[in-house]
Formats: sequence, structure tokens, C-alpha cells
Amino acid sequence: MADEIVRRGSIKLAPENFLTETQLQEARTARRQFMAKALAMGAGVAAAVPAGSALAAAAAGAGEKEILELPEHTKGLGQPVAARAYGQPSKWEGGLQRRESPGLTRVPQASVSFCPLQGMFGIITPSGLHFERHHQGWWDIDPSKHRLMVNGLVKVPKVYTMDELMRLPQVSRIHFVECGANTGMEWGNVAVPTVQYSHGMLSCSEFTGVLLSTLLDDCGIDLKKAKVVLAEGADGSSMTRTIALDRALDDVIVAWGQNGEMLRPENGYPLRLVVPGVQGVSWVKYLRRIEVGDMPYATKDEAVHYIDLMPDGQHRQYTSIQEVKSVITTPSGGQVLLEKGFYNITGLAWSGRGRIKQVDVSFDGGRNWKAADISSVVVPKALTRFNVGWVWDGRPAILQARAVDESGHVQPSYRALRAVRGTKSIYHNNAIQSWLVRESGEVFNVQA
Amino acid sequence: MYKRKFVPLALGLMLAAAGVAAQAAPKAPAGGYGVGRPATEAEVKAWDIDVRPDFKGLPNGSGTVSRGQDVWEARCASCHGTFAESNEVFTPLVGGTTPDDSKTGHTKALATGTVPQRTTIMKVGTVSTLFDYINRAMPWNSPKSLSTDEVYSVLAYLLNLAEIIPENFVLSDKTIAEVQQRMPNRNGMTTAHGMWDIKAKPDVQGSSCMKDCPVSAEVTSRLPEFARNAHGNIAEQNRPIGPVRGADTTKPPTANAAGAAAAPAVMPTPAEPASPAAGLVGKHNCTACHAKANKVVGPSWDQVAAKYKGAEGAEDKLVAKVKAGGSGVWGAIPMPAHAQVPDAELRQMVQFVLNGAK
Ligand code: HEC
Ligand code: HEC
Repeated sequence: MADEIVRRGSIKLAPENFLTETQLQEARTARRQFMAKALAMGAGVAAAVPAGSALAAAAAGAGEKEILELPEHTKGLGQPVAARAYGQPSKWEGGLQRRESPGLTRVPQASVSFCPLQGMFGIITPSGLHFERHHQGWWDIDPSKHRLMVNGLVKVPKVYTMDELMRLPQVSRIHFVECGANTGMEWGNVAVPTVQYSHGMLSCSEFTGVLLSTLLDDCGIDLKKAKVVLAEGADGSSMTRTIALDRALDDVIVAWGQNGEMLRPENGYPLRLVVPGVQGVSWVKYLRRIEVGDMPYATKDEAVHYIDLMPDGQHRQYTSIQEVKSVITTPSGGQVLLEKGFYNITGLAWSGRGRIKQVDVSFDGGRNWKAADISSVVVPKALTRFNVGWVWDGRPAILQARAVDESGHVQPSYRALRAVRGTKSIYHNNAIQSWLVRESGEVFNVQA
Repeated sequence: MYKRKFVPLALGLMLAAAGVAAQAAPKAPAGGYGVGRPATEAEVKAWDIDVRPDFKGLPNGSGTVSRGQDVWEARCASCHGTFAESNEVFTPLVGGTTPDDSKTGHTKALATGTVPQRTTIMKVGTVSTLFDYINRAMPWNSPKSLSTDEVYSVLAYLLNLAEIIPENFVLSDKTIAEVQQRMPNRNGMTTAHGMWDIKAKPDVQGSSCMKDCPVSAEVTSRLPEFARNAHGNIAEQNRPIGPVRGADTTKPPTANAAGAAAAPAVMPTPAEPASPAAGLVGKHNCTACHAKANKVVGPSWDQVAAKYKGAEGAEDKLVAKVKAGGSGVWGAIPMPAHAQVPDAELRQMVQFVLNGAK
């Protein structure tokens, strides 16, 4: 096969990384031959042969090479312990990476990389796949030199070192973080092919740190005057965002831990704010300062960006809450179902207003809905994994998911959302996503 | 609700009442935790640089449009264009507003949608925002390097470009409030929505219908055929095992090959790691000004490779140029010196560029 794959960026893949249409056809033929043979042999088990096991065995009546010929790893000696002092994913998993959306931004330090939701399981995002959004590049800051200052409407403005912060009472909680602009390219029409680009500014981790309320209390916050806090980063952008006081005193965390280890540099090492349920821009990274104030600050990222344009020309300012939303991640845009039959349909649901209460899935473009299973971990303001069985009959189908949160908020359709907010908002698109499965098995991003 | 005297126990009760993760804030020992120390006045001054819409925090100082033009040309124009119109590194800063907008306080084009791009000045309602942001974050590649008067000046230049202030206006802590009264979109913001207050109600509710629900009959939008491969080959962005594969988007979609696709006979070969030099140009921030295919502040790597293809001594010459910095080969904008970068790494990067930045 001569096709050479030219990829964006500098990584080059070996040409056999994907199947050409010819190879797919060969694979289909091979499978049919195997099935025919197995049936001819009177093996009633043939129907239970899972996809993927059939190919190599096509010719061999005795069974599959994968079983009959013992592989190297069964017959040889494997690698020693600590060969990789910090473990790495399998070399076969290289396709699932953070990726940029071409043309979305102009310079790579003020840009986004999207999380590969299409191939992930459960609710925790591996830290190395967490989506990135930087405004002025990322840093790996020396934690011994990092300081957090709390000032403004407090009795004593204070400075803390990391050593000191990490002695304070701590909490570990699972929360999702979603960029306010997630799915923002799709307000007017379909713009991207896969769930990585449509919904991938979304991740979920267990964060460890001290409650902001503990620190504000420690500095003697003036609750008579205080109305908001301003969070500020230590990087070049010195990102600043205003947070309402009732929220700041509720569940906001000054965090250093992420999934059992320290934050990754791309995610704000050594200190970031975790603002559960609120858009990612407020989760200020490289957090250096908290100022208690009595009015919102109208910083650049709350007066020029992260403002939602409504049809009448007004911008909604200080929109913060990420409202109830869900998406099917497998199968999703750009994927191909291998054959007819049973599939576990899986996806994610989340809400900035609390727990997910219910997720319904439709296989007919929203005419009929079926409750999905959300029986694994369900915690407030975290991703919730849903699963539901489906038998694909080989005909075109439109797959949708719709979430309901504990406040009773039901995820809206595009039609309902646009009727109120138009198509120019950029931010806070929580509409129901549609995936069209064609007869070929290929799945397409569509709006229905 | 928070008017009462703040004690940790009360906070715990509030959390429980609000039904959030019911973990009471810990009760501090008598006399506090004993960590942290008071910030000094000089420390607070060094970091507390924010400027609010009511101009609290605004430092004393002033600047003129003409001085601002000098600052702009030296420190900003390379990225934003001489008239803040450039779309190369970011959306244009100025344009799309009219003197009439300054009267109404509404940028009309936002409602009519008559301009293709929403510039900064069309959106921003508070002049404090611009002062605060330029002061903290610009120039993008050397933030916090402007003096207070330079910030006033360059802001005056931008406001003059936007026809908000006349050429002879002196922008200062005394006069900035007047400018606020002329900001084109000063009345363009609303907080009447359900996404700020934690108790606020959402504005759009979905349907709970489960059976025979009304739906629009057809697909209203899909990706155009030409965009199929615009995000790279999706086959390479998926796992090689499991219930699905990524589609080979280098090819048109297959016609309805009814029924099954089978599992791949060939497993993918893992991706090679990016070349170390690709990491270096990131590490040394060359990518702030250079990209592979398009001009940013400096020429694209492809342009450089093409210009010096086969040229004798190009490598040595370029290593010296990057180290010393300079202008004139690609235009008037200078490249800064890179004296701090080790020679071996400079050479690796230049080789990387000359070899097509792969
Ligand atoms: C090296 C390139 C570069 C230089 C030089 C530069 N900028 Fe910027 N500027 C940017 C980028 C990139 C952004 C977007 C940052 C982001 O995404 O947060 C930006 C954003 C801005 C914004 C906010 C625009 C918006 O809508 O968010 C203003 C205002 C601004 N720059 C003014 C200036 C001024 C004034 C100077 C000179 C003192 C300057 N810039 C120099 C690259 C540059
Ligand atoms: C602040 C912006 C900026 C940064 C950072 C920067 N460059 Fe440049 N670079 C330029 C400009 C502008 C030019 C064009 C200079 C000229 O016209 O002579 C240039 C030109 C070049 C050239 C071609 C020189 C020639 O004479 O043809 C090379 C090679 C180059 N840069 C490599 C680098 C490398 C490697 C780095 C990182 C170590 C880097 N640049 C960082 C702005 C930058």
C-alpha cells in the first residue's frame, strides 16, 4: 500500500495505521468466508464469534492463528520493573491525543487543544489528555517560589507558600471543567467532524486542595462589604476572573492535586482555582492572588470574551454556569460501526447545577427516547457516564442523548436554544447533539 | 445571607442547607491555623494591579495620542498591524463602531450583524478593561514591560483610532471617566440571565417527551464534503480496536456498502514522537512569532526553508542571525536576540527549519 499519510504537525505515522477501502473490503470478504466455513462445519457457535476474531482464521479450518500459534509475549521474557519510571500508555494508543482544531486560533500559545472523548471510558480524564486552553503559553513553575496572596476586604492580607497551603485542611472532589466556548463552533451549523472537536474542551478530574472559604476565613473576610472575589494567575496573561461571593464560599477549591498527583503544568502547576460547575476560564491557573471586593471587575475575559451575544445585540456578561448537557461519545462523528448487531452506546452527561438525574437516548432522531443506565459514579458537578444497549439493523439512524439534572433542568434542542439565544452567542451551547449513522456504518455530525 | 457574623460552623450549615457536597468547612483551631503571614504593603502594591470599572486601582499618570503612536509602532504593530486592523495573530482590535454608537452606547453592528468580525472595541463596554488588560498582559510576548504612561499613551492611540477621542486628547486618571461616557458599547451588557447567581433559573428548558415526540423531519446541517479531511485523517484519531474505527477521511465516504465492516487485519504502528527540535522551538518560544505554514510576526518556517534551499553556508549564517537578532531580510520588524539559547540548540532548530520543520 503506497498511500503516504501526511498529517498536520510534525508527527508522521507509518502508512499501515489505517485501513484503505480495499483493505476494509478484503476484511469484509475474509469475514464472510470464515463465517461461511464455520457454518458449513455445522458450528452453531459461529453467530457468537465476535467481530475482529475472524480474519486470520479464514483459511485455517482448525482455528485462529492468534490462538494456535503462540505469540512472542507468551513464549519469551518481558520487561523489568521500573523500565519506565513514570508509566506511559500502550504504544497502540497513540491515536488518542490532545489535538488542535485547524484554523480555530492563530498562535499556539493563545489556543486550545481538545480532549479525545471519542475513545475514553468512565468519568476521569487522564491528566495527560486533559484539554488545554492557554492565553499566553504555559509554564512549569518552581513550586518553592510560588506564593498565594489574599487581599482586599479582609482583616489581614496574607501570603501563603505551597508548604503552608498543603498543611491546611484539605478536600478531594471530582469535578468536570468545561470551557464556556465548548461546542461554540456549532451554534450556527455543523463545523467540525468529531466529538473531540465538538465537545472536547471538557475534562473531569479528582482535585485536591483547600476550600477557598477556609482561606477567606483565615484572613478574616469582611462579610458585611464583600460581594465578589477576583482570582488572578501568575503567568504572563495574569488571567483574572470575578467569582460571586456565595459561590466562592460554597464549594470553590484552591487546588494543587489532580488525580492523585500534583497538577500538570499545562493545568496550572502548582496551584489553580477549581470553581465547580463554572466555565473553565474561571478556574484560574498558576493562581497567585485572591482579592475580595464589592463589585465585579469586568476584566478582559469577562468584558470582551466569555460574553454571550444575544439576537438583540446585547451581550450577557458574567455568564458562568455550565448548564445541563450530554453527548454520546461512542459511536460518534467520524467513527465507523464495524457491522450490524448489538452495541453498547456510551456517553457523558454533566451539569453545573448539581447531579445528573437522568439521561435519555434516542435512536430515531428524537421521536422516541429510552432511559440510559447511569448507575456508576454520580456526584454533583462531575461528569456522569451513561450506557445503553442498541441493536443496529444496518439502516440509517440518528442518535441523540438528553440529560436532566437534579434542579429539573432538561437539556434543550438546538431549535429551543436558538429561539432564545440566536446563533451568534459563541458561548454556552448545551444543545442536544445528533450523530447520523449511515448504512455504511460511518457516523456523521449533523444537526436535525 | 452572609451579613451575619462569619463563623466556620455557620458556613457548614449553609453548605448542608444548599444541598451541595455536605462537607463542612473545617473548624480552625483557636488562634487559627498559624500558617501564612501578613503581606507587606510593598508586596500588595507589586501584585494588586487590577483596575475596576469605577477606576479603583487606576494608577496616576497620563499619555497622548502621538506618544501612543510611537509606543504602538514599536511594541504592538508587529502583531496587531499599524492601525490595529491586523487579523494575523488575533481578531482586529479596532473597527466596526461609529461616532453615533458613542452617543447611544450601543454598537449598532452587533444587532444588525453588518460587519464580518466582532472587533475588541465593538464589544468592550468599559474602558477600564482595556487599561487593565494592556497593563497586565501586553505586549503579548513581554507583558508588564510598559510604563504606566506608556499604557495611557497606547490606549489613547487606540481610542483615537476608534474615533472615540480626538487627536489632542490627553488621557489620564483625571480624564478617563469622560472617555467612559463615549465608549461605543457601554450600554451593551446585561446581567439579566440565569448563569451567574448560584440560585438563578435557566432560560431555556428542554422537552421531557419520551414517545412519539414532534421532531423536524430532516437533517438541517452537516459538514460539507470539502471539509471532510480538514481535521486530519480521523482514522488516526481513534483506537485500532473496539466496536468502531475512525473513518479514513482522506477518501470520500463509501457508498452504502450495506452491512458489516470487519476488524483490521493490520494493527497500527505507533506514532513516532515529534522530533526533539520541534520541542525546542516551542521551549524557546520561537513559535510565538513563527509557524510552519503561515507568517506570524516572522516568516513561516516553510518560507525560510524555501529561501535558503541549497544556499551555501545558510545554516551558519542563520544560527548567527537568530542568536544576534535583527531585521531587514523579511521586512522592517526585527527578531529579538537569542543570546541565552545554547549554540547547539540554536543549530538544531535552524537545521529543523531548513529541513522543512518536520
Ligand atoms: C507578539 C504579538 C503581540 C504583540 C507584540 C502585542 N500583542 Fe496584543 N495580543 C496578541 C495576542 C495573541 C492577543 C490575544 C491574547 C488572548 O488570546 O488572550 C492579544 C490581545 C490584545 C488585546 C485584547 C484583544 C481582545 O479582543 O481580547 C489588546 C487590547 C491588545 N492585545 C493590545 C496590545 C497592545 C496595546 C500592544 C502593544 C503594547 C500589543 N497588544 C502587543 C499579540 C500581541
Ligand atoms: C518576537 C518575534 C520572534 C521570535 C520570538 C523569534 N523570531 Fe525568528 N524572526 C522574527 C522576525 C521578525 C524575522 C525576520 C527578520 C528579518 O527580516 O531579518 C525572523 C527571522 C527568522 C529566521 C530567518 C532569518 C533570515 O535572516 O532569513 C529564522 C531562521 C528564525 N527567525 C528563527 C527563529 C528561531 C529559531 C527562534 C527561536 C529561538 C526565533 N526565530 C524567534 C521574529 C521572531
